[in-house]
Amino acid sequence: MFTRSADQQLFEETTKKYLERAVPPATLRELAGTGNGCPPDFWRQGAELGWTSFAVPEDAGGGSVSEHGVKDLALVAYQFGLHAAPGPLMGSNVVAAALGRWGSPEQRAGTLPELLQGLAIGAWALAEAPPHDRLGEIELTATETAGGFRLEGSKTPVEGGADADYFLVTARSGVGLSQFLVPADTPGMRVTPLHSLDATRTFARLDFEGTQVAGASLVGDAANAGPAVEWLTDLAVTMQLAEMCGAMRWAFDTTLEWTFNRYSFGRPLASYQVIKHRVADMKMWLEASFAITAQAAEAVDGDRPDRSELVSAGKFYVGRYGVELLQDCVQLHGGIGLTFDHDLHLFLRRVVTDAPLFGTPGQHAARLADILAQEAAR
Amino acid sequence: VTGATVTGETPESDEVESVEAFARRARTWLATHMPRADDGLGGYKAVLRSDEDELAHIARCRELQRMLFDGGFAGIAVPRAYGGQGLTAAHQSAFNREIGGYEYPADTQVPTLTPCMSVILEFGSEEQKRRHVPPILKGETFWMQFLSEPSGGSDVAGALTTAVRDGEEWVLNGSKIWTTGAWWADWGLCLARTNWDVPKHRGLTVFMVQIHQPGIEVHRIEMLSGSREFCQEFMTDVRIPDALRIGQVDEGWTVVTRWMYHERTVAGGSPYVTAPTGRPAVALDPTSGPTALVPLSESRGWLGDSRVQELIGEAHAITLIGQALTNHIAEAIRTGAVNDQAAAITRLWYGTTAVRSSVIAYELAGATAVAWSDEESGLGQIGVRFLMRQSSCIAGGTTEMARNAISERVLGMPGERRVDKDVPFRDVPRSPPARERP
Repeated sequence: MFTRSADQQLFEETTKKYLERAVPPATLRELAGTGNGCPPDFWRQGAELGWTSFAVPEDAGGGSVSEHGVKDLALVAYQFGLHAAPGPLMGSNVVAAALGRWGSPEQRAGTLPELLQGLAIGAWALAEAPPHDRLGEIELTATETAGGFRLEGSKTPVEGGADADYFLVTARSGVGLSQFLVPADTPGMRVTPLHSLDATRTFARLDFEGTQVAGASLVGDAANAGPAVEWLTDLAVTMQLAEMCGAMRWAFDTTLEWTFNRYSFGRPLASYQVIKHRVADMKMWLEASFAITAQAAEAVDGDRPDRSELVSAGKFYVGRYGVELLQDCVQLHGGIGLTFDHDLHLFLRRVVTDAPLFGTPGQHAARLADILAQEAAR
Repeated sequence: VTGATVTGETPESDEVESVEAFARRARTWLATHMPRADDGLGGYKAVLRSDEDELAHIARCRELQRMLFDGGFAGIAVPRAYGGQGLTAAHQSAFNREIGGYEYPADTQVPTLTPCMSVILEFGSEEQKRRHVPPILKGETFWMQFLSEPSGGSDVAGALTTAVRDGEEWVLNGSKIWTTGAWWADWGLCLARTNWDVPKHRGLTVFMVQIHQPGIEVHRIEMLSGSREFCQEFMTDVRIPDALRIGQVDEGWTVVTRWMYHERTVAGGSPYVTAPTGRPAVALDPTSGPTALVPLSESRGWLGDSRVQELIGEAHAITLIGQALTNHIAEAIRTGAVNDQAAAITRLWYGTTAVRSSVIAYELAGATAVAWSDEESGLGQIGVRFLMRQSSCIAGGTTEMARNAISERVLGMPGERRVDKDVPFRDVPRSPPARERP
């Protein structure tokens, strides 16, 4: 997908081997629907490999393999997709990135190291319930009080919400947005686990009914977090893109091999032109997804002006055609592709789960139109 | 910077100029010598040109190509012996990054520089290259592909045009079709059958043919859009010298395989094409581009509609991803990560996504694209273009052929059963004679 440096290759190989050993499909099936979906100590060991530190600046305790942390993180996410791996990759990285960039000295000294070491788990509470569930729509309010802020509203679905130790809550305060670091045991915050499609990921709904949080829980300035939320959205979507690419790669390779080995009417499936042409389309979707994901990761890493454009183009495309690719792989497998025993569903679940989170493909297309309209107005 | 240092002359030394230094030199030269382009994306101008305008446009392309040649920027990756600059594909890419925003000879690129010149460079004799390549780089000769025949477009090896040897000459008979601009172009690269008694791929030979000569009748074809740029040529006892044969007798298929590869690189990755980075060498339809869709929707008060926003965003995503994919595939081919057949992936992309863009434009144009006033002719053009929607999936090799190439040549899936492979071509079943001479 990306051109990789020798260091990146070595790093990626280590992550790959670890995932192959720790969470093979048989283990994933056993873990499905249990707790946080991870084997014991899995996340802490992953953190030792660097999975939590790439989006965090060096002076805040983070680091990178290649000096391009976002690209390193995208490689981890790609491997997560390739192995349908469990774990709070998204939540912990987003919360750590936010604290590393905009956190107070106390947050950087207290919570951040716990996240970096994999001892605590983070989750990003961004999305809200319908009808306020369009990308960028934030209705949860934060009102300043004598002791800090009062939060009023709901967040759902929050990935990792049932297991997280800390939430990064995005709220509206007056004219702007604010972000808060809210511990899971905060009184007055209700956490309701949700049912979900992904085999090893949990989701929850958070309800704040006049929940009081301390002034020190503010991440960055009050009412001024708009650009930070945009940046975190682009980071989160880049991770999704890389992860979906990994899952697509697994499904494509597995299905291509299947067409060679599966005989029907005395011929391999791969010899039928109708199958070949569908596989050719899938190959194009796959390569286009890789191409735009690499571009998006590069733009986010360099914080380029076209960052959001490339990210949203990626989410529109990979979100739509990644899902099509996986469903087509199911189709080419036939009935076996719809069974729990076949591994394909682990990857199907991952892609169809990523597709609508942090903005549906259609919402990202609308975001692109908005960018174009703003350019035209200039 | 003095005038003397921006003449664009290649430095004297034998060492290859670094890409960075070359790019700097190109930037300076372009700023001084090339006119700025009208970006062509703003309005909804009618895209059809009158014959007069077309000839003026071609004359302008010749001029611009000559300017590049005089400046030392024509044929950047072509050896100096044939009038080029003797640099590399990386230098051409660098030039393409610099030329954005400037006028450039858009119509010289395809099919003249590639695939035609590419084929001459690869298979021509030393003498043929010295004779035919420099006039191309100077903008003096435009070339067309005499490849497709009325009997079938995709089955190139099924050519029925016949060349019979007569001493030091060949006598050509047959018909070629879908040659853009043959009515004003100069030369054609022509595939002909030289042996009917061997299997189809083993009896073909490639020739260079001057278009305007006795025995060649050029007929212009009218398309649904009103365009009359496509031509059909009827060749009757056309005599050409053996010196105009490219490659060995009966080994034309070797040439054609590479010819078609070069044709697929027009969407990106050719070392010979001069075109702004990210813009395919084949011009996009300015009326359905995403930039044009914003004012179009705004003028109807639709810009606040989320469905409309999604369509505009999709059109824009297609453009951005097309650029990313083109570079991604070209790079993979360059490094050998995939074989050159992977260019079919890019071809499939441009075919299918142009269809999608056309659908989006037609939907946003609404009923005005069906019936329009003079003032609304831009919207009318979107309708006319929609009638021609499938052209992006047909011209330059159908998307079905691209899917075959991807599945068989890139992914190694089994080839189709062939009934035309090991029998003499004269025994292969074929359609009844097509298209009569008008």
